[in-house]
Amino acid sequence: MSKKILLQHINVPGIHTLETYVAHGGYQSLKKAFSMSPDEVTEEVKKSGLRGRGGAGFPTGMKWSFLDKKSEKPRYLVCNADESEPGTFKDRYLMQHIPHALIEGMITSSYALGARTSYIYVRGEMMNVIQILEKAIQESYKAGYLGNNILGSNYSLDLYVHPGGGAYICGEETALLESLEGKRGNPRNKPPFPAVWGLYGCPTVVNNVETIADVPWIVNNGGEAYAAIGVGKSTGTKLISACGNINKPGVYEIELGVTVEDFIYSDQYCGGIPNGKKLKAVVAGGSSVPILPAELILRTINGEPRLMTYESLSDGGFVSGTMLGSGGFIVYDEDQCIVRNLWNFTRFYHHESCGQCSPCREGTGWMEKVLHRIEYGHGKMSDIDLLVDIAKKIEGKTICPLGEAAAWPVASAIRHFRHEFEEHVRNPESCCKRHLHRSMELVH
Amino acid sequence: MNNLKVTIDGKSIEVPPGTTILQAARMIGENYPPAMCYYTPLKETGGKCRVCLVKVTQGSEANPRPMPKLVASCLTRVEHGMVIENETSPEVLEARKGVVEFLLINHPLDCPVCDQAGECDLQNLSYKHGTESTRYEEGRREFDKIDLGENIQLHMTRCILCYRCVYTADQLTNKRVHGVINRGDVSEISTYIQNAIDNDFSGNIIDVCPVGALTDKKYRFKQRVWFSKPFYAHRECDKCKGEAVAWVKNNDVIRVTARKNKFGEVLDFICNNCRFEHKNMNDWTIGEPYEMDNDSVITTNKYKVLDHSPAVNVDAKFVSE
Amino acid sequence: MSILSSNTIQEITKLKSRYPDDRQKSALLPALHLAQAEQGWLPVQAMDEVAEVLDIQPIEVYEVATFYTMFHVKKVGKFVIEVCRTGPCCTVGAEEFVQYMEEKLNIKVGETTEDGLITLKTVECLAACGTGPVLQIGPEYIYQENMTKKKFDDLIEELKIKGLKDV
Ligand SMILES: Cc1cc2nc3c(=O)[nH]c(=O)nc-3n(C[C@H](O)[C@H](O)[C@H](O)COP(=O)(O)O)c2cc1C
Ligand code: SF4
Ligand code: FES
Repeated sequence: MSKKILLQHINVPGIHTLETYVAHGGYQSLKKAFSMSPDEVTEEVKKSGLRGRGGAGFPTGMKWSFLDKKSEKPRYLVCNADESEPGTFKDRYLMQHIPHALIEGMITSSYALGARTSYIYVRGEMMNVIQILEKAIQESYKAGYLGNNILGSNYSLDLYVHPGGGAYICGEETALLESLEGKRGNPRNKPPFPAVWGLYGCPTVVNNVETIADVPWIVNNGGEAYAAIGVGKSTGTKLISACGNINKPGVYEIELGVTVEDFIYSDQYCGGIPNGKKLKAVVAGGSSVPILPAELILRTINGEPRLMTYESLSDGGFVSGTMLGSGGFIVYDEDQCIVRNLWNFTRFYHHESCGQCSPCREGTGWMEKVLHRIEYGHGKMSDIDLLVDIAKKIEGKTICPLGEAAAWPVASAIRHFRHEFEEHVRNPESCCKRHLHRSMELVH
Repeated sequence: MNNLKVTIDGKSIEVPPGTTILQAARMIGENYPPAMCYYTPLKETGGKCRVCLVKVTQGSEANPRPMPKLVASCLTRVEHGMVIENETSPEVLEARKGVVEFLLINHPLDCPVCDQAGECDLQNLSYKHGTESTRYEEGRREFDKIDLGENIQLHMTRCILCYRCVYTADQLTNKRVHGVINRGDVSEISTYIQNAIDNDFSGNIIDVCPVGALTDKKYRFKQRVWFSKPFYAHRECDKCKGEAVAWVKNNDVIRVTARKNKFGEVLDFICNNCRFEHKNMNDWTIGEPYEMDNDSVITTNKYKVLDHSPAVNVDAKFVSE
Repeated sequence: MSILSSNTIQEITKLKSRYPDDRQKSALLPALHLAQAEQGWLPVQAMDEVAEVLDIQPIEVYEVATFYTMFHVKKVGKFVIEVCRTGPCCTVGAEEFVQYMEEKLNIKVGETTEDGLITLKTVECLAACGTGPVLQIGPEYIYQENMTKKKFDDLIEELKIKGLKDV
C-alpha cells in the first residue's frame, strides 16, 4: 500500500467532526509549530520539497519565503478552494470529508506566514462544502484552535470562508484576490506578485487546499521525512482525481512515482477501462494540460515507463509530454471523439475567459466556433492550421495563464490526432454526436 | 537615484527609475509601440489590449537573462541595462498582427458611417499592423446602440474593452454610473439599467475612447472629421481650464474636444459645459490651427490606401466626396 | 419599501465584520448569495439595496452580479436545475442526459417550464467529474451525482410536490 498522508483516516466514521479528527491525531501540529519560530516552520516546508498542488507546482517553501516581511501591512494567507479545472475534484472531496485537515493546515501555515486573518475562498457552487467548513471552523474556535491566543501561544488567528460566485477564472490567484475584494474576477497584471501586493494591497500567499493540508504532516514529521516520500523533486503524495472511461473513478492519494500504467490498470486505483475497451488518450493534469495518446502517456518517447511525477509527465516537453497539473486525470477509451472533446473544452475556455485581454477574449471564441464547425460537418482542411495559428497567437500574449490553458489543448490535440480532424472534414458523417445539437450550444 | 540606461531597437536612452518601456520608447520618439488601452492621464489603465507587447532580450545588466514571454511595454518598468526589441523583432510584429486581427474579428468595420473614422486608433493600427484579408468567417458580435443621456451615445459593437472610459468615470467623477457588465466576449460597457451619465466631466469618456464606441451625440453625422478644421480655442470657464480644440467648418463650431498630445492622450480634461454647450464662434477665443498627431491616417494622407484593404472595409465614396 | 427582508439585510450587515473596516465591498459575493436565496433571483432593486448596505455604487454590484454565472439577473423558475456539460461528464453520458432532461421537461436549455416551476441551465465543470452526470439546484446547491433518467424522473416529482407546498 502506498503511503497516505491526507486520506489515511478517510473511512473513519465521523472524521468530519472535530472530536474524531482529534482522536486520530488531528491538530497536533499546532503545538509543535508554536514551539518553533515561524521561520523554522517555513524552513521545514522548504526542506519537504512540497510543491503547489493547485496546478503550477511551484515550491511552496520558496513561495512563502518571498512574502514581503519588511512591509508594515498585515499579511494574509488565502486558500484557493475554487477548484474548477475540468477533471479535478480532489479538493472538494477532502474538504467535504475531512474539513479539519484544511483548517489545521490553515492555522499552522498562517502562523508560519504571520497572518492574523486568513480566508478560504471556496467556489460558490460548493455551498454544502461551505457549510461543512463553517461548522468545522466554529468547532475549532470553540476548542481554542482559532481566535485569540491560540493554546496559550500568544498567536491569534481569525479564519473565514468566502464563497465565489461561479467563475473558473477566480482559481487564478490574482483573480481570486480581486473576487475576494468584491470585484469582478479580472486577473491582475504581474508583477507585482501577491507576495508583495496581494489582498487589499498587502503581502499575501495563495495556496491550494491540498498544499495547505499537507503542512501539518510536514510540521509533525519534519520536512525530511516528507521529502523521503516520492521520487526526486516530486516529493510526497498527491491526490489524483480520476475520471472518464475507467472502472473506478474517484480520488486517490498516490505516492508520487507510481507508473501511469499501474495507475490506470491496477485495482488499487482506476481498475482499468470498462467493457474491455482500449485506451485511446489521457489528459493527465486537468483540462488545461496537453492531451497524450495512449502510447505516449504510458511510455515516454524514449520508451521509459511514464511515472506519475512532475518530471516524468513533462518528459518530452510539449512535443511528446504533458504536465501533472492539478492531478485531474481524464481517461478516454477508443470510442471517444477527440474533436468533440476538444470542442467541448474550447467552449469551456470561451465561456470562462474574463474578457479583459484581447487575445483570450476574442481568440477563445474564435477557436470554439471553428471547432464547432468542424464537429458539425462544415469544416475545411485549412481550418486545422487556422486553429493551430490562433492557439499560437494566444499563447504567451495574455495577462494570465488562461490563455495558455485554452491554447495547449488545441495545439496538442491537433499535434497528436490530426488525422481525426481531417477525417471530420473529409467525411462529415463521421462526426459522432451531431444530433445533440442545440442543447450543447454555448448559452451564456 | 541614478538614471537607468535602456536600449530599444538599438537606440539607447537614460530614463529615471519607474519609467515604463513604453514611456522610454516614446522618449526616444520613433517607432514606439502602439497602445490601445494604456492612457497616461488615467491611473490603473494598461495591460489589457496587448498591442504594446515587446520582447525583452536582456532583463538588466545585473540579470541579463531574457524574459521568457513578450511583455506589455505599458506596464513593465525598465531596469538598468535592459535591452528591448520592438519593431526589430519578427516575433513582436507577428504577435501584434495577431492582436490586431483579434481586435478586428468582432469589430463591425463600419468605418464609412463611424464618427471616429479618420481619428480612430484601431484604424491607424490596422493600417500599420493589420493583414490584407480576414480569416474570420463566423458571425460578428452585435449590440444595440444606447444613449447614455442626452449628450453621449454608446455603440458597443465597436468597443474594444480598453476600460479607459470606466477609469475616466471613476477618477474624474464622484459617482460612477457606468462600468463593464457580463464577462468574456459578451462583456459590455453599460449602465445596466439605462441610467443617464450625468456629471460635469462625463463628456471626457468620448475623448479617451480609442474607437468610435462613445460619441458626441450633438456632433454625430454633422460632418466627417476631415472636412472640418481644428483650432486651439479658449474660453473662461469656472469648471475647467477652458482649453480645448474647436472643430470649425464655415465659421461654425461643429464640435469641441480636449487637446491631446501626440500620443492621443488628453492634456487637460474639459467640462461638459465647454464641450456640449458652446458651439458659437464667439464663445471661444480661436487661436492657431491645431496640429494633429503625426501618425494618424488623416495626416499621412493614407486614407485612400486603406480603402482597398478588405480587412478595413471603408467605403471609397466618402473619400472622394 | 425595501424588497429584501430585514433579516437578510441584517445577515448582510453581519457579514461585513469578516473584512477590514474600509474593505466591506468584500462582502459583496456572499451578500448577493443571501439576496438571491431570498428572492430566487436578483432584481435590480435587490442589487441596489445590497449596494446601499455595503456603501458602494449600484454599478459596482451590477458589474459583479453579471460576471458570475451563479447569479440570475433575469427572472428564473422557482427551481433552477444546473447540469454540468463539460468534457469529463460527457465521457459518461452528460450530453445524452441533458437531451433527456429537455425532453422530460419539454423545454430547451436556458428556458423555464410553462408553470414557472423549473429553469434548465447547463453549467461548466462542477468538480464532480468522477460522479457524473451531475446537477445541482439552488439555493442549497446540494449536488445530485451519478444521475440517471430514473433519478431525474424522481427528482422532478419531488420538486413538483415541494413547489406546491411552498405556495
Ligand atoms: C485559469 C486558472 C485557474 C486556476 N484554478 C485553480 C484552482 O481552481 N485551484 C487552485 O488551487 N489553483 C488554481 N490555479 C492556480 C493558481 O493560480 C495558483 O497558482 C495556485 O492557487 C497556487 O497554489 P499552490 O502553489 O498551492 O498550487 C489556476 C490558475 C489559472 C491560470
Ligand atoms: S487571459 Fe483570458 S482570463 Fe486571463 S486576463 Fe486575459 S481575458 Fe482574462
Ligand atoms: S466535468 Fe462535470 S463535474 Fe467535472
